[in-house]
Amino acid sequence: MTAGTIHNKDQFLNKITSQLGSERNRQAGLPEWQHRPQLDVFSGASVNELAAAFKKNSLEKSTFVVNTDRTNLAEALQEVIKKYGGGQVVASKDSRFGEFGLDAVLDNGETHIWDINRGLENIEIAKKANIGLFISDAALAESGTIVQFNDKDIARSISLLPTVYVAIVPKSTIVPRMTQVVQAVHQSVEEGNNLATCINFISGPSNSADIEMNIVIGVHGPVEAVHVIVEDL
Amino acid sequence: MAMKIGEKPFFDRVDDALEDGFMRNAMAKAQDGLRGRKLNATVGDEQIGDWEEWRSAGEEIRRHTLENLDFYLDQLSENFARQGGHVYFAETAEDATRYIQEVAKKKNAKKITKAKSMVTEEIGLNEALEEIGCEVYETDLAEYILQIDDHDRPSHIVVPSLHKNKEQIRDTFRDKANYTGTSEPRELTAFARSQLRETFMEADIGVTGCNFAVAESGTISLVTNEGNANMVTTFPETQITVMGMERLVPTWNELDVMINLLSRSAVGQKITTYVTNLTPQLEEDSIDAPKEFHLVILDAGRSNALGTEFQSALHCIRCAACVNVCPVYRHIGGHAYGSIYQGPIGAVLSPILGGYEEYGELPYASSLCAACTEACPVKIPLHEHLIKHRENYVEKIGMTGEKMAMKTFGIGVSSPALFKLAVKGMPAVLGPLVKDNSITSGPGPMKLWTSVRKFPAPGKDNFRNWFNDRAKGRE
Repeated sequence: MTAGTIHNKDQFLNKITSQLGSERNRQAGLPEWQHRPQLDVFSGASVNELAAAFKKNSLEKSTFVVNTDRTNLAEALQEVIKKYGGGQVVASKDSRFGEFGLDAVLDNGETHIWDINRGLENIEIAKKANIGLFISDAALAESGTIVQFNDKDIARSISLLPTVYVAIVPKSTIVPRMTQVVQAVHQSVEEGNNLATCINFISGPSNSADIEMNIVIGVHGPVEAVHVIVEDL
Repeated sequence: MAMKIGEKPFFDRVDDALEDGFMRNAMAKAQDGLRGRKLNATVGDEQIGDWEEWRSAGEEIRRHTLENLDFYLDQLSENFARQGGHVYFAETAEDATRYIQEVAKKKNAKKITKAKSMVTEEIGLNEALEEIGCEVYETDLAEYILQIDDHDRPSHIVVPSLHKNKEQIRDTFRDKANYTGTSEPRELTAFARSQLRETFMEADIGVTGCNFAVAESGTISLVTNEGNANMVTTFPETQITVMGMERLVPTWNELDVMINLLSRSAVGQKITTYVTNLTPQLEEDSIDAPKEFHLVILDAGRSNALGTEFQSALHCIRCAACVNVCPVYRHIGGHAYGSIYQGPIGAVLSPILGGYEEYGELPYASSLCAACTEACPVKIPLHEHLIKHRENYVEKIGMTGEKMAMKTFGIGVSSPALFKLAVKGMPAVLGPLVKDNSITSGPGPMKLWTSVRKFPAPGKDNFRNWFNDRAKGRE
């Protein structure tokens, strides 16, 4: 992207300031919030309790859940891929696959690792892929949600275009709720870091209730979803 | 088409709605379903603690943000532009559509995909883009259904096609898109998926609304379920987001609270399937991300509420929880409101955005039962706003019939002799209309009442006589 632009700001904001009976260019200053119920959710819960809640809430969102450990992860993953029909897999380019000992699983001829040097061909492959595979950056116990900080390697298409998404969820990354993730993002902003262009909270397969309020699973995003929880502590 | 729906006067629209049995049943069923889901996910979910605390947190955040709206919009625009995004502040709907037309022309755009957005509906964006030769594709399932049904209008803020049943949808798909399947929702949905799959990839521009913008980082947050918003914001080279100027939060910490309130209040989910947070980046090197990102911030009448008793109406997060509990909406449905914003919030917001001349009767579409106020996740005093609107409407615009009736009543009660005469004469005046001790077809202003229920015949006796007789009896 080239440098950005802003049009009509002063005229627009001066009108608001005048309507509010206030003064421009003041600092708003965040107040000390009186109500912060988000801090109490799963407060004091153990890692195991969080993992159990994450599993329960994933299942509620029509997501298949597998529990495994580092030693058995490769085998568990192969079983999942087989269970969901195999075929073309598209995976993010993520050094953590190697750390989890999954390089051999990915090097099977049917898995495409996202490679920006291959340009739009990546998207064509993802469109035809049966399974999109990635490692989540965080997971929310309250809602069975996985979080992706997308970039050129952790591509958005991987969790979006294939029929099934398979997310590997390191148990150590499960937090009570969105609160803990946004706190980290807020801190990163305060430190002056650039954010990922897309921070995606995903909770199971796409769905809609637009026709007579009947819930239909599988609309424009994946039709099925799998969360593989890995003991990594 | 923009904000207004239909040309008929308000009461004619209401009459049309009351005669539509299917629509009324659909509304009742949908209201019950949505309300039940919301209760399960709010007061019924022990996991999140006291729901009232969440409502108070939401109110506190929205109040502070609106009181400092100029500051946070300034911060948002600077942060968005610093990272390569383009911000356009639009005073009016026309201003916004003109800018978006210019961008589309500059990009030589032919195909445009859209995620569901009430604000783009409000400004009539589809028509503006079609005017310059673009093909616009609605991709949210409900909006897709409405679009291919000759651009039918939304009847609910969250589920715009609520007034249609699956058989009607099947017939529309068959007549307009050569669909040959059944009326099963699963099959209808699969058809929409297949129809739009390639379109997502071919689009030149993706257009979205904005659930919340985050001022501290210049981020746009979208709350969806179908995956279409992700498609719209991933594959086109250019993204345009249109936001009502009040739809922002100071930091990510406040975003958390608002997402929770919205997901649980709107659709009874702990969180929607996708919460997608998009920030422009100067060094964007992803293959599957827009290369150009525009943010249009819209006033279009919203500033009318700032600094007035209606300011808290801008706290609204468009969850439709008030719509889902409103007894009037239940009976007249969405189209009767004549605005894309329906139900209690529609009756409050539409006169602010569009004026009393056009929408001044909407605040009367309420029983003032205050169920809306109770349901609102950010504690907007909706029924109080409705009362204030009514006062303003009578004072500033006036309803001739009501004014005359009140004036006549004023004259009558100011003179004891006239009052006595009126009370005594009432049984005789209304006598010819009485049948079985009630009136079923009243004249003039009574007609509105008697068209839906019986009016009791005035008693032959009156309170003063009864009181005097009783007093004498005691003596």
